Amino acid sequence: MAVLKVKFTKTSRDKLAQVLWILNWISVVTGVILFSLGLFLKVEINKRWELMAERDVHYVPNMLIAVGLVACGINFLGGKICYDCVDNTKFLRWKLLMLPYIICTFFFTFSVLVGALMCYGMRSELEESLTLGLRDAMRYYKDTDTPGRCFLKSTVDLLQIQFQCCGNVGFRDWFQIQWVSSRYLDMSSKEVVDRLRSNVEGKYLMDGVPFSCCNIDSPRPCIQHQITNNSAHFNYDYQTEELNLWMKGCRQALLEHYTSIMQSIGLIVLIIWLFELSVLTGVRYLQTSLENLLRQGDPNSESEGWLLENSFVETARYNFNIIKSLGKNNQIHTADNGDPNMDVPSTAHYGPDNVPPSRHPWRVDHGAETSPQSSLASELPRLRAPSPQSSLASELPRLRAPSPESPPRLRAPSPQSPPHLKAPLASEPPRLRAPLT
Amino acid sequence: MALLKMQFPLHRRVRLAQGLWLISWMTVLAGAFTFSLGVYLKTELLRRAEVMDNTEIHVVPNILMLVGLASIGNYMFAGRICQDSLDPSRFPRWKPFLLPWFGLSMLLCAHLISAVVLSYALQGSLEESLKVGLRNGIRFYRDTDVPGRCFQKETIDRLQMDLRCCGNTNYRDWFEVQWISSRYLDFTSKEVKDRVRSNVDGRYLMDGVPFSCCNPSSPRPCLQEHLTDNSAHFNYEHQSEELNLYNRGCRQALVDYYMGLMNTIGPGILSVISVQITVMVSLRYLQTAMEGAAELENPEDESVGYILEKGVKETVTNFKGAFLNLLQPGSVEVAPEAAEVENVDKATSPPASS
Repeated sequence: MAVLKVKFTKTSRDKLAQVLWILNWISVVTGVILFSLGLFLKVEINKRWELMAERDVHYVPNMLIAVGLVACGINFLGGKICYDCVDNTKFLRWKLLMLPYIICTFFFTFSVLVGALMCYGMRSELEESLTLGLRDAMRYYKDTDTPGRCFLKSTVDLLQIQFQCCGNVGFRDWFQIQWVSSRYLDMSSKEVVDRLRSNVEGKYLMDGVPFSCCNIDSPRPCIQHQITNNSAHFNYDYQTEELNLWMKGCRQALLEHYTSIMQSIGLIVLIIWLFELSVLTGVRYLQTSLENLLRQGDPNSESEGWLLENSFVETARYNFNIIKSLGKNNQIHTADNGDPNMDVPSTAHYGPDNVPPSRHPWRVDHGAETSPQSSLASELPRLRAPSPQSSLASELPRLRAPSPESPPRLRAPSPQSPPHLKAPLASEPPRLRAPLT
Repeated sequence: MALLKMQFPLHRRVRLAQGLWLISWMTVLAGAFTFSLGVYLKTELLRRAEVMDNTEIHVVPNILMLVGLASIGNYMFAGRICQDSLDPSRFPRWKPFLLPWFGLSMLLCAHLISAVVLSYALQGSLEESLKVGLRNGIRFYRDTDVPGRCFQKETIDRLQMDLRCCGNTNYRDWFEVQWISSRYLDFTSKEVKDRVRSNVDGRYLMDGVPFSCCNPSSPRPCLQEHLTDNSAHFNYEHQSEELNLYNRGCRQALVDYYMGLMNTIGPGILSVISVQITVMVSLRYLQTAMEGAAELENPEDESVGYILEKGVKETVTNFKGAFLNLLQPGSVEVAPEAAEVENVDKATSPPASS
């Protein structure tokens, strides 16, 4: 019933431990790679902070940086554990830590996957941020004398030159804003006054673009002013002219740039996730095979390793019940009228065979009336008593009668359950030892 | 009489051989480094090859590449010699190769030194080449429809934007050239006709520059046309305006760029030269010490190492004599015999006189 059981000889166990040690060190390197990828993305976003409006785009690189650092730590510890696993005595040091370590690593790989998926999901946030940021940058293009905005002109110009783009969506965005500062406009000239009066807000709008929109590949010297006026230039038709200015919008250009970065980062993180998952699987096999080896006693024999002792459904149900019962530790068992000693078999002498009664006489009535949950709860004290599997099996016929659900639960104690069962056993030694045959 | 004699006990010989082996492998890496520097310099020169008239300056990266490759092989050979030097049975077979090896190493060092010297000496030639190349580039800026010249416009525009420069010496070079192609000029318009007639060659000259001369750091939107006409623009004075266009000429910008590159490469090459000289000197000491040890009765005794067996002058005369012998094998050797006769005379005369 175990999931993916594999037999391990001594040599294959040792080899597995050594290989895992190397793989864990490679994982430390991949953790460093993750960290540097997050740092790179953060730097790239910060480089253009002037063009991005306030949006929460920093959570993706921050997550990658955090995950990278945690990966380094976890895999360093894993490497140490695997190095010690070759030697049986050293393994005992780590025995209790290994299962929590595996569970932590499992959740950690899950967060690596989340980090990879977030890379792909960041696009819409980025688009919104860029739209608003570029719009504001273009609006403040002319404010080279306002402190705090005096470098926006240079930033936008260099952006348009480097990314070969013009405006937010296209070059027409420049027609809707005043990008020539008023201190360079001759307010006494008739032409300027006419233009200022021609629109509601008194802005000097013109069908011209800054020089940074000019396309280098144009065969013709750049036409920046009176773009929509065909008669202003010889041999010019602005509807068919494509090479004069950059046609792409800067929002799309920047988005493409960042999307390509994030897609490659996302791909690398996915590959790292698969690698981490495989290392985790190896460590799990190593842990189960070593624990089984300890149980068998002979350090040189074969042992079995598995991913889960029982099937997924049973393990899930068992863990779910543990989580449920964690919350119920302090609850009073109302079925027994609050008396926890109700079902505890006494140490009294029952006669020549010393066979305790199989059923408390009035317990059967209770079993019919009470709910399955409380009968299950009421059986907990009896379940706690036996530790070896054989005595548990001998009690199966006794316990099957009251509730039909209990047998599957009883059949399925995993090797991890003995600690759970052992604890109450330690607390109630004198009473519970009697029924052991 | 030996030059720079040193004593070499056994442990020092061993230490010298081991250290020299390590340093020769470092020199192999230095040779690879030299080769990569040569490749980098060559690619940088080739990137702007369209604005250069001749390729004289390419001799510097070519030397670096050749010397780099040769020194990789040469010093791997030296490492092999060092490995065998401590074994007296294997060392003798390398003996005939040592003299040519020294000759080759000295040649490589000399070439490296010449490369460093040339990189400064050829600056004038580079400037001339750029002057002619840029002048042609600016002249053919408008010929985007002529095959072979159609990319000049793009080249010059990209150059001016990347290096933040304008024109050959400065932006006024654009005033002397017609940089707008005639197919975009309306020859029916009066203004165009006036301009074309106003100069001898019938060119459309204007006091304007292409957009690639514009400086993005200027607080004002770029002024490209009527640059010398103060009244054409509001609040504009062309003599005091510095931020509107790039002030530097492209020739100066390119020369500065390449000189900066060579100034960075220079110290690296000098350190490679010093490492190579160290290896040569050490190998000479090792060779002479090993040969001296082989001649002793007890090979593990102390031996003497030197750079030259006799003084510098004597070695030069011996070398000259040997060289002349090679050239004239059949002629009678008068000079050495005369010297012998003189010696014999000198030897016999004192006993005769005494």
